[in-house]
Amino acid sequence: MKVEQISVFLENKSGRLADVTNILAAAGINIRALALADTTDFGILRLIVNDNEKAKSVLKENGFTVGKTEVIAVEVSDRPGGLAAILNVMRDTAINVEYMYAFIQKSGENAIIIFRFDELEKAIEVLRSAGIRILSGEEIYSI
Amino acid sequence: MIWNEEFETLPREALEALQLKRLQHQIERVYAAVPYYRNKMEEQGVRPSDIKTLRDISRLPFTTKEDLRINYPFGLFAVPFEQVVRIHASSGTTGKPTVVGYTKRDIDSWAELMARTLSAGGAHQGDVVHNAYGYGLFTGGLGAHYGAERLGAAVIPISGGNSKRQIMIMQDFGSTVLMCTPSYALNLADVMKEMQVEPSSLKLRVGLFGAEPWSENMREEIQKRLNLKAIDIFGLSEVMGPGVASECIEEQHGLHIFEDYFIPEIVDPKTMEPMPLGELGELVFTTLTKEAFPVIRYRTKDLSRLIAKPCSCGRTFYRMERITGRTDDMLIIRGVNVFPSQIEHVLMSIEGVEPHYQIIVDRQGSLDIVEVQVEVSENIFSDEVKVLEKLGKRIEHEIKDLLGISCRVKLVEPKTIQRSEGKAQRVIDKRKL
Repeated sequence: MKVEQISVFLENKSGRLADVTNILAAAGINIRALALADTTDFGILRLIVNDNEKAKSVLKENGFTVGKTEVIAVEVSDRPGGLAAILNVMRDTAINVEYMYAFIQKSGENAIIIFRFDELEKAIEVLRSAGIRILSGEEIYSI
Repeated sequence: MIWNEEFETLPREALEALQLKRLQHQIERVYAAVPYYRNKMEEQGVRPSDIKTLRDISRLPFTTKEDLRINYPFGLFAVPFEQVVRIHASSGTTGKPTVVGYTKRDIDSWAELMARTLSAGGAHQGDVVHNAYGYGLFTGGLGAHYGAERLGAAVIPISGGNSKRQIMIMQDFGSTVLMCTPSYALNLADVMKEMQVEPSSLKLRVGLFGAEPWSENMREEIQKRLNLKAIDIFGLSEVMGPGVASECIEEQHGLHIFEDYFIPEIVDPKTMEPMPLGELGELVFTTLTKEAFPVIRYRTKDLSRLIAKPCSCGRTFYRMERITGRTDDMLIIRGVNVFPSQIEHVLMSIEGVEPHYQIIVDRQGSLDIVEVQVEVSENIFSDEVKVLEKLGKRIEHEIKDLLGISCRVKLVEPKTIQRSEGKAQRVIDKRKL
């Protein structure tokens, strides 16, 4: 039920994002989703790719600091109020969203939201009991 | 004006005779009172009775900051603790400071030396001494304070910081003599400009600046921007504090060392052999009168040379040239001595932080800015911004706590800090003094 996400530490200097994507391209790795958090000095690039292990090792070989985190991918219908419905479910629990990002499926019917919660297991339970579909890692990697 | 005409203008021969008498007495006292010094002298095979001429000083062992660290805090004190009336401290090379003590008579000597310093700079009774050196464990504030009182001047113990208020007080109290670090003097000039205070509307006449390295260019800038005469003064807490040497206002060239209190030597920092008079080398001091904390051949790590040429002011003391550099990696940031090893100590105490760091010092306007670059390894990396930002803040906070300086921590990618073979280049000093 959990999806593995890799994160990469980037200094704020031109060309670093291009470097990461070039390294992944050369290794034949496909990026499924990504988000960049930025501060004055540095950025954290969060990526979901089709081959985590390989991505991690090629980035490390090239001197990047790489981390691994478990996140949840949730399917949301692509219509007004889709995301609000999910967040309303989470509202009354004490679970916090650390960050999230979204992308639209190829079919265009549904959006997929990647959530990083502070309490992962509890979040899965809450979402499930609300009948919200959580995608598995395999489903995401092979989109 | 010469504060102590009798001693400051002693003919060299009489001065050297006095130095020898005081040296012999000092060495005897230290040998008897401080086991650590006695052991070092015995290891070197030298006894107090071997000191027959001033040249014999080179037979004595050197003292370094490391010796002070080993004896932290009071191991090198040479009097029973009841006789100590003051304790000061400065930066050590690790987490612990370097501690020095004074007896009542030491405080009295120090006041005399600072009165001489102020007098050499042209200050006198009736002056209003604006003392912006920091008061506290740092020797600058209280050292200058006692000297100004001894001189008979009115001293404003304003200490550092809060520049706008400082300038208001200069205007209202009619400060005539400014004492602070040279970089703070420039900062005051900046703030005056901001406040649209014309320096020529103030009564400042002279400034005595020390506690950090500066240059002739900086002197010219300070003199022009603050409309005063800038005097270079020198001292270090291990030897006394301020009041070890001072320029005279007549020549503003070279700092007269108060040789009736201290014997200066210049040694080759590699071979530790004495250098011929006038050559550049490491400055070494032996105290001649200190009771609580005497030092024998203390290696300052400062580079300078001695000038024997007589001075037009009439003082017979040799002069030391303005400090041109250091033999170690000590930095002076806004008047505070900082060793890269202290910053390393802070980093190493934080779990997961690797010892790959670099310190970048720059000057923005007149203030020193310190950036500590720390490589982000997997151990400390997080996918959450707040975790990394918190780490950066924590390092900044701990450096401030231990070293007393504010810095900015910048997290950088691994391997961006250049690895060098052998000694890593820990410091990039971009300041142009």
